[in-house]
Amino acid sequence: MSLWNRHKIFEKNSIILIAGILAVIAVGGVVEITPLFYLKSTIEAVDGVRPYTPLELAGRNIYVREGCYLCHSQMIRPLRDEVERYGHYSLAAESMYDHPFQWGSKRTGPDLARVGAKYSDEWHVTHLINPRAIVPQSVMPGYPTLANTELDLTDTAAHLRTNRAVGVPYTEDQIKNAVTDLKTQLDPDSADLASFQKRYPKAAARNFDGMVGNPTELDALIAYLQMLGTLIDFKLYDEKANLR
Amino acid sequence: MTDHNDFDRISGRSTTGHEWDGIKELNTPLPRWWISTFYATILWAIGYWVVYPAWPLLSSFTTGVFHYSSRASVVNDLADLEKLRGEKMAVLGTSSLTEIETDPALLALARARGKTVFADNCAPCHGSGGAGAKGYPNLNDDDWLWGGSLDQIQQTIRFGARSGHAQAHEGQMLAFGRDGILKKDEIATVANYVRSLSALSTEANFDAAAGTRIFADNCAVCHGENAKGNQELARRI
Repeated sequence: MSLWNRHKIFEKNSIILIAGILAVIAVGGVVEITPLFYLKSTIEAVDGVRPYTPLELAGRNIYVREGCYLCHSQMIRPLRDEVERYGHYSLAAESMYDHPFQWGSKRTGPDLARVGAKYSDEWHVTHLINPRAIVPQSVMPGYPTLANTELDLTDTAAHLRTNRAVGVPYTEDQIKNAVTDLKTQLDPDSADLASFQKRYPKAAARNFDGMVGNPTELDALIAYLQMLGTLIDFKLYDEKANLR
Repeated sequence: MTDHNDFDRISGRSTTGHEWDGIKELNTPLPRWWISTFYATILWAIGYWVVYPAWPLLSSFTTGVFHYSSRASVVNDLADLEKLRGEKMAVLGTSSLTEIETDPALLALARARGKTVFADNCAPCHGSGGAGAKGYPNLNDDDWLWGGSLDQIQQTIRFGARSGHAQAHEGQMLAFGRDGILKKDEIATVANYVRSLSALSTEANFDAAAGTRIFADNCAVCHGENAKGNQELARRI
């Protein structure tokens, strides 16, 4: 009996055909996906990367909610012109705590992977409320509502817990103090500042939207934007050791 | 290949052996160009495995004979760019501002590079044409808040204004309200007077004579009697 005839068994039994298809596709999965979990070059850990603070995470949720990723990418590709314009190309480690990641491929606006600390907080306040107040040719919509919408603090800890469920190493301590940490990050004079910065090393604490009153969504979004791409100190990052 | 021996007499080709209500299906082979393209792509893929990084191994992966790496390639590209900009850019870095201004070739180079640096760093606030916006000064006019000479502009760019850096520009103006030099209503009056200088709207009932007097007593020392300012001490209002 020729090989061709043996193939008949697949053509005549749909269950066996499906099992065969799954087996063939699994080969592709094993070869292409599995190595990403164990090859050292694909799981590079970099100094300085830490999980988001509760305030930054809240800002990130607003970023996702408002669909910023539809126009802004967060990945500087290893190409000359991109590195010239935006800075060091993005490292995988920089989005290791992103759920979901915001890499994107649509750039109606500029890439935001390293927008942190590039502009002042005041610039972001004006620009988010009405982009055309500073950039007349901008096509970005204004988000004035963020400035007068108070941040919902009832689910702050729950967001940290959810992120922990998908692999972000938030500690019990960080979850317990989520709301305090969120408020502390907006108040550099707070007595809790030291313990906050112990939980989130080098996190900047200040009144991001410059307005008095309860934390707003604008505070959270600016806190998030101002930390983007700032975690790794590229003066210390050994580029040569990580070429591949 | 097939286990039947059914030929179509008109075309002279074998059939698939299937029959539906007397209708049979020809087993026409794939066109030769198609099948050879198909095999060529398989060969191409094998060649690709050989020259480019492809197969994962237990602790590394095959790097291919070209040893291509996107990270190494961008490092090379940036090095090439440095070479392309080359000595001229190095000269630009070591020349003084006046040397650049007097050398037409250097000036052209500085302007070309300056344009992109401005677009990336300055334009978001000062505007792509330098026209400024509310809270961000216009760079097109001849009013230089922190001085318009090359050296002064360089200082502004390097250290900023009120940035907290020791060499940054600092405002010298006194806090007239906080320090109790002027009373609240006097400040309101002089603020109205200053607005009236620029023909802006003012409160209807403000005392222009008192405003002139308060200005002459407190502000004119630095800003000048006619409020034209002077670059050293105070700005034009």
